[in-house]
Amino acid sequence: MSTVAETQIKLTPEHDAHPGASVRSRLQDLLPKIVLAPSFAATIVFVYGFILWTIYLSFTNSKTFPSYDITGARAYQRLWRWTFESDPPSSWYTSITNMGIFGFLYILICLALGLFLAILLDQKIRGEGVLRPIYLYPMALSFIVTGVAWKWFLDPGLGLEQTLHQWGWTSFHFDWIKNKDFVIYTVVIAGVWQASGFIMAMFLAGLRGIDGEIMKAAQIDGATTFQLYRRIVIPLLRPVFLSAFIVLAHLAIKSYDLVVALTSGGPGGSAWLPSNFMYEFTFKRNEMAVGSASAVIMLMTITAIIVPYLYSELREKSR
Amino acid sequence: MLRKLLIGTALATSFAFSAHAADVKEVQMLHWWTSGGEAAALNVLKQDLAKEGYAWKDVPVAGGGGDAAMTALKAMVAAGNYPTASQMLGYTVLDYAAAGVMGDLTETAKKEGWDKSVPAALQKFSVYDGKWVAAPVNVHSVNWLWINKAVMDKIGGTEPKTFDDFIALLDKAKAAGVIPLALGGQNWQEATMFDSVVLSTGGPEFYKKAMNDLDEASLKSDTMKKSFDNLAKLVTYVDPNFSGRDWNLATAMVIKGDALVQVMGDWAKGEFHAANKTPGTDFLCYRFPGTDGSVVYNSDMFGMFNVPEDRKAAQVALATATLSKSFQSAFNVVKGSVPARTDVPDTDFDACGKKGIADLKKANEGGTLFGSLAQGYGAPPAVANAYKDVVSKFVHGQIKSSDEAVTELVKAIDDAK
Repeated sequence: MSTVAETQIKLTPEHDAHPGASVRSRLQDLLPKIVLAPSFAATIVFVYGFILWTIYLSFTNSKTFPSYDITGARAYQRLWRWTFESDPPSSWYTSITNMGIFGFLYILICLALGLFLAILLDQKIRGEGVLRPIYLYPMALSFIVTGVAWKWFLDPGLGLEQTLHQWGWTSFHFDWIKNKDFVIYTVVIAGVWQASGFIMAMFLAGLRGIDGEIMKAAQIDGATTFQLYRRIVIPLLRPVFLSAFIVLAHLAIKSYDLVVALTSGGPGGSAWLPSNFMYEFTFKRNEMAVGSASAVIMLMTITAIIVPYLYSELREKSR
Repeated sequence: MLRKLLIGTALATSFAFSAHAADVKEVQMLHWWTSGGEAAALNVLKQDLAKEGYAWKDVPVAGGGGDAAMTALKAMVAAGNYPTASQMLGYTVLDYAAAGVMGDLTETAKKEGWDKSVPAALQKFSVYDGKWVAAPVNVHSVNWLWINKAVMDKIGGTEPKTFDDFIALLDKAKAAGVIPLALGGQNWQEATMFDSVVLSTGGPEFYKKAMNDLDEASLKSDTMKKSFDNLAKLVTYVDPNFSGRDWNLATAMVIKGDALVQVMGDWAKGEFHAANKTPGTDFLCYRFPGTDGSVVYNSDMFGMFNVPEDRKAAQVALATATLSKSFQSAFNVVKGSVPARTDVPDTDFDACGKKGIADLKKANEGGTLFGSLAQGYGAPPAVANAYKDVVSKFVHGQIKSSDEAVTELVKAIDDAK
């Protein structure tokens, strides 16, 4: 900080040396930049600066505290080895396979359910104004609330199973949340419940933007409702699909709190996602290098998804 | 453009930084003892310090809990803004001491005679490089059984002396239709129980070699395999809904008589007290079968940071008050643990506390006082967590046999070293 402060002191006399330009117009010129500067600095330091720092740390042997001696890619080697340890599963293997299962199902079900609800709501039904916020409301809850509510609901001793047993259906059995092989699907259920309403709203906005003339023309040509949606509406919604996919993909990759609140990691750590792995290793196990390396791998995964999207978007605009 | 932006940034940030001087008559304390009994116990210390004119200031921790506190501490220390002291566990103290941020209380320790009164096993964590860096507050031990007496009488059970007795007792409870073993299926609870199982199966010598010295031959040995087999036996006595349960809910099952017994550290006693139960009449505390005479401990410590000279007086006052006999007795009566010095009279303690104090003294003299691996007193956190992973994966079936478990254990510990 001190070097920048010194430059600043040196610069001040220069301003006085040019009395020609009025101080006021200079100030007006400078003001927006001064106002923007803190957020600019915060972004530079706290986002990009720390990304670089994390990458650096992943090549050191940092344990409890950051250490600055580069010791090579040992952390990545360990992660690479753990990637193939499937029986018994290493924590990293569990995390990335869970990421695959969760990411795939979460995005797919949210898109399908969101589109389906949006199409139903778009039929000019009565009470749409009431129904829409009801579906959208879960998005207003934090993941922690969602997680805790679903934890109680899915707990065999408290929620659904217990209630149905009390009602007399004693053969009913639903213990996914306690089962190491199925616990990740409960995370999908809670995640879908939370996000599908929001995706519905995105699709609804897209549907409302479609020109009614096209629909009428198709109907005159004798298209059935199914054909209408299959051949005309859904292809027209392509940009919405892309936006929804991006939103869901980054929500999926950064899911952390949902797993913690819903499963506290699951039986034997079987519900971990890479973000849980990163937190556990960096802060609980004092393996900061391994934690950083896993964070870098997550970043690269997100980049691999976001960059092609941005590229195609920007190219279309410049055309 | 960019230069102007940078100038603006410098201007803006120079306003944000302002000097902050800590009050020298103030003890800044980072801890996570916020629940009823613990907070009440800590109040004793606050009052002791107030008498000497020192104000108490809690360092706020968002989210509560030990993990959040440790993350907050890491950030504070990295920023050079040390608290006077922080609640810390085992190897964390040594990690921070190795990083050179801990203070030096050796003078106070000499004056107060801590060298003689604090068990040697604890000094491994409170003394670094010949300097006292932390004040131990208490000693918990994990090799306890907590039994509901009414259920015990109903099934006609007696104190189990060996592991086989214990299994027979659990069978009796099962036959009577009670959940025999209350367990919370979280990795630290499973591993805490396994600490006792290893001590019971292999004896004190074996426990020390395997769980504290991390001797590879012992970790791979048949005794270790047998320990895992014994753990598998115990797990057959839990209810199907145990996975993910919090430890205090498992204790509540024993208190209510839904379950016969819980294997848990002596902090479980606090729950019995909160429910107004008395040892001997409502509940029973026995050492885990086959571990009588040994104590597997963990201990809460107040790590003392290298604060500026003008704040040191407050730190010394805090450390002295923490290890004073009156506070040690008053605090530990409430907390359920036993004093961290062996010369505190046991008059105020209940039957379980008296047994705990006597056991600690005996174990300290006989060299059978061992750090709990599950609680982070057997090995550094990376190893302890690798151990918890393996035990938990074994309990929940990702690791299918005891052969596989010992192989995985050796591998995981090697990785973590």
